[in-house]
Amino acid sequence: MRRTYLGEFEEVVLLMVAILDGEGYGVTVSQALEEHTGRIVTFGTVHNTLIRLEEKGFVTSELGGGTAERGGRRKRLFRVTALGSRALQEIQQLRQELWQLIPPKTLQLSGS
Amino acid sequence: MKSMTPPRFAHWLLTQLHPDETLEEVEGDLGELYTYWYERSGKIQATLWYLLNVVSVLPPFVRRRKPKQSPYRQDVSSLQPTMIRNYLKIAWRNLTKNKVYSVINIGGLAVGMAVAMLIGLWIYDELTFNQYHQNYSRIAQVMRHEWFDGKKETGGQSSPMPLGTELRAAFGDEFDYVVLSTKPVNYIIASGDAKFNQSGRFMQADAPELLTLRMVQGSRAGLHDLNTILLAETLAKKLFGDGNPINRIVTIDTQVNVKVIGVYEDLPISSDFRETAYIAPFRLYGSLNSWVKDARDNWGDNSFPIYVQIAPNKTFEQVSARIKGAMLPHLKAEKAASKPEVFLHPMPNWHLFSTFENGLSITSEPMKYVLFYGVIGLFVLLLACINFTNLSTARSEKRAKEVGIRKAVGSVRAQLTSQFLSESVLVSMVAFGICLGLVQLALPWFNRVADKQIVILWANPIFWLVCIAFALFTALLSGSYPAFYLSSLQPVQTLKGLYSSGSLSGWHSAVASRKVLVVFQFTISTALIIGTASVYQQIQLAKNRPVGYDRSGLLSFPENGFLGKEDVIRNELLRTGVVAEVAESAYPLTNEGSNNTGFDWRGKTPSMNDDFGTIRISGEYGKAVGWQFVAGRDFSRKLRSDSSGLIINESAMKAMGLQQPIGEQVRSEHWQKGTYTILGVVKDMVMASPFERVRPTIFSIRGGKRWMLVKIDAHVSLHAALPKLEAAFKTIVPDVPFDYKFADEEYALKFAVEERIGKLASFFTILAIFISCLGLFGLASFMAERRTKEIGIRKVLGASALTIWRLLSEEFVLLVLTAFAIATPTAYYFLSNWLQKYEYHTHISWWVFAGSGIGTLTITLLTVSYQSIKAALVNPVKSLRSE
Repeated sequence: MRRTYLGEFEEVVLLMVAILDGEGYGVTVSQALEEHTGRIVTFGTVHNTLIRLEEKGFVTSELGGGTAERGGRRKRLFRVTALGSRALQEIQQLRQELWQLIPPKTLQLSGS
Repeated sequence: MKSMTPPRFAHWLLTQLHPDETLEEVEGDLGELYTYWYERSGKIQATLWYLLNVVSVLPPFVRRRKPKQSPYRQDVSSLQPTMIRNYLKIAWRNLTKNKVYSVINIGGLAVGMAVAMLIGLWIYDELTFNQYHQNYSRIAQVMRHEWFDGKKETGGQSSPMPLGTELRAAFGDEFDYVVLSTKPVNYIIASGDAKFNQSGRFMQADAPELLTLRMVQGSRAGLHDLNTILLAETLAKKLFGDGNPINRIVTIDTQVNVKVIGVYEDLPISSDFRETAYIAPFRLYGSLNSWVKDARDNWGDNSFPIYVQIAPNKTFEQVSARIKGAMLPHLKAEKAASKPEVFLHPMPNWHLFSTFENGLSITSEPMKYVLFYGVIGLFVLLLACINFTNLSTARSEKRAKEVGIRKAVGSVRAQLTSQFLSESVLVSMVAFGICLGLVQLALPWFNRVADKQIVILWANPIFWLVCIAFALFTALLSGSYPAFYLSSLQPVQTLKGLYSSGSLSGWHSAVASRKVLVVFQFTISTALIIGTASVYQQIQLAKNRPVGYDRSGLLSFPENGFLGKEDVIRNELLRTGVVAEVAESAYPLTNEGSNNTGFDWRGKTPSMNDDFGTIRISGEYGKAVGWQFVAGRDFSRKLRSDSSGLIINESAMKAMGLQQPIGEQVRSEHWQKGTYTILGVVKDMVMASPFERVRPTIFSIRGGKRWMLVKIDAHVSLHAALPKLEAAFKTIVPDVPFDYKFADEEYALKFAVEERIGKLASFFTILAIFISCLGLFGLASFMAERRTKEIGIRKVLGASALTIWRLLSEEFVLLVLTAFAIATPTAYYFLSNWLQKYEYHTHISWWVFAGSGIGTLTITLLTVSYQSIKAALVNPVKSLRSE
């Protein structure tokens, strides 16, 4: 199995960072999360998850330039690492393989 | 849109509690989110959301971002053996590189530590007085409080004999031992031709057990037999040489033969029984002195100290409470009026806590000296530490670059800190080693001056613990500035040379604190100079005091063993032709002797104090000592009626309130009861302490004498006279050792305490100044070095050497003057307090202050000038060319 386990929320946040493509930081990740999934979480949850992802090596971060609306404070911009994108792809692939194994009837029954 | 600032409290909470590493980004993110919420749902919603989200990023919910680890930093411990070895190596190189500073640093610290250690040992000795006696914590002397004129007075070092018997009989279960003793008494102890006038005691049989004498030979038991004696080791050696003294016979006072039953180790100076060269049975004292028989049952005769050792399970308070009223029922009404209250004075308190007021112990003179020297020791030590700190901070500036480079190549702060600390630890340990050597060298001298037998406590673990702890403390204290401040500097700034401008505030505070420390040093030094000068002035004043008699060529002999042959001896001595006069007295000339009350005279009022010094003399006394008459005449051998005559001194005349005292009658109740006629008045003679007022004294030729005074003819040298005197003595009293004392030497002894203070104080003062100057020297050289370029430029622009000398010296002179301004009033205050205790005292004169001020200033200038002149004479080309 994989060495590092990626939790469900972590996976979603990692996906958001990937979607934002270099523009992801605390605010944009929270907003994207709300926009795309409808989940409203506290900022602390996002913050902690980002730190954890970085510790696991799925993202890297650097401090970006401050803007006037932030009172000149710099933001920490996140970017998905190679390890991160491989992890996402593996999850994606695993899901696909699993989908293939589901007998078509099962989903239709439960769907009706 | 304008007022979209997040709630202040929540924001404040965030800045206070959120981890520093991520504060900036989180603060920015939350601010941005607040604006977003505000625009979407209004202020109240936004505020609530903000608050909730702030809480979500506070501990314990928030996750901390771990600082990025540099690959070089992993597993770097600053306290690995290799690193410690390296620190010490670097420290050692630094010491040897700057030899002058190292010598100043280590030398100053070592001297300061040595002084502190000497004083510490001295204080330890004072505090452990009498601990030679193993059971000291259970030994006490029986004393009493009595009421006189409504005041509770404490005394009674001597008690009545029956009190001892009573304590043993009625309160026996309270005590292990009750021992009646004499005060130290002088007797001739002789064995064959070896004979010595020795001070010893007659004590009851339990004394050796109570004092826990360490027996060299024989046993502690045996004083029960009447004709026995225990000898101190030294005396036994003097009497018998290397032979075995046990069972040998010695003669006491040429009369009684006793058998030596034991030899004990000499009692140390730090015991109140130190002057006990022999211990003989108490009963023997009775057979030597017939009056003791009468004292046996006389509750009114207080002649004998009583020592007790209480039972192991008792406390002094308990026993004191029980024996409180032991004396009262036995006293006659007149004596009982003073309501004597018996109590135990514990041995541990004898030395430092024997001064009482209103029945309670107050700060005694010896205790004051302990405090006084303690404070001096502390100050000298402080001076040394200040030096150490000052020099290391001054030098630290030069090492800022070193710190920069070390950091640039990867040192972490902890390593730099330990490096600086290990350097100062090394210095203080080396200083401590030198200090031990210095103390060992100084001890013989110190013991002689302080009259002590102090040794370094090599085997005492607590001593080592205290010393090492202290050395480490000094090291940490003085090493802390470079260790913690310098190690925090930014490498870029220090390497660019921005040290002084970049951290101006830190540097300024270091300079300011250094100035304060220098002022403090010189305040102490100046105060010590003023103090020492005044002590010597006081001694000089007392020495120059007119004494009222002539001490030169005056010898006194105790009349031990003269056995009524005084007149024969006198004639024999006069016949030698080298003696001007021979007289007798009850006391040696330099001892004021006893005092008595119960006198009455015409015109005496009840308020007059009738307490007079009373001295029994022979008719020739006046001629021998050369006293000076104010009125009337001297005693005369020819007039028999002179035996009821009196001679009084001027003070007595004043105390009696008599204008024309000659021929007046004085009745005496207690002292040689009778009526006397005043024959003459002499000038006051300083017989007791030269620092006190002369006591009103009366002289009579009635009664027994104990001392023979011999005045050598002024034309004959002592050297020639002494053998003739000895020959004369030997023909009449061959059994008596030829022991004499010079009156002028005895008188000089009266200054012993003050001279000791003076000597020790001047010793400490010199050291204090020495240490301060060392520090100043080091500091001045740093200042000069720091300003090398400035001086070079000034010289190029035309400054003369004098200007530069002034530039560099000015600051220090100012500091020393400030110190002087602080020291003067302080010293004045303490000195005038000290002088108050002397009735006959000097006034502190202005020139002492002026002199010490000028002295300090001169020393300062000399110290600083060496450096500043050196700096001023440097060729500017050299100083400007470097770099």
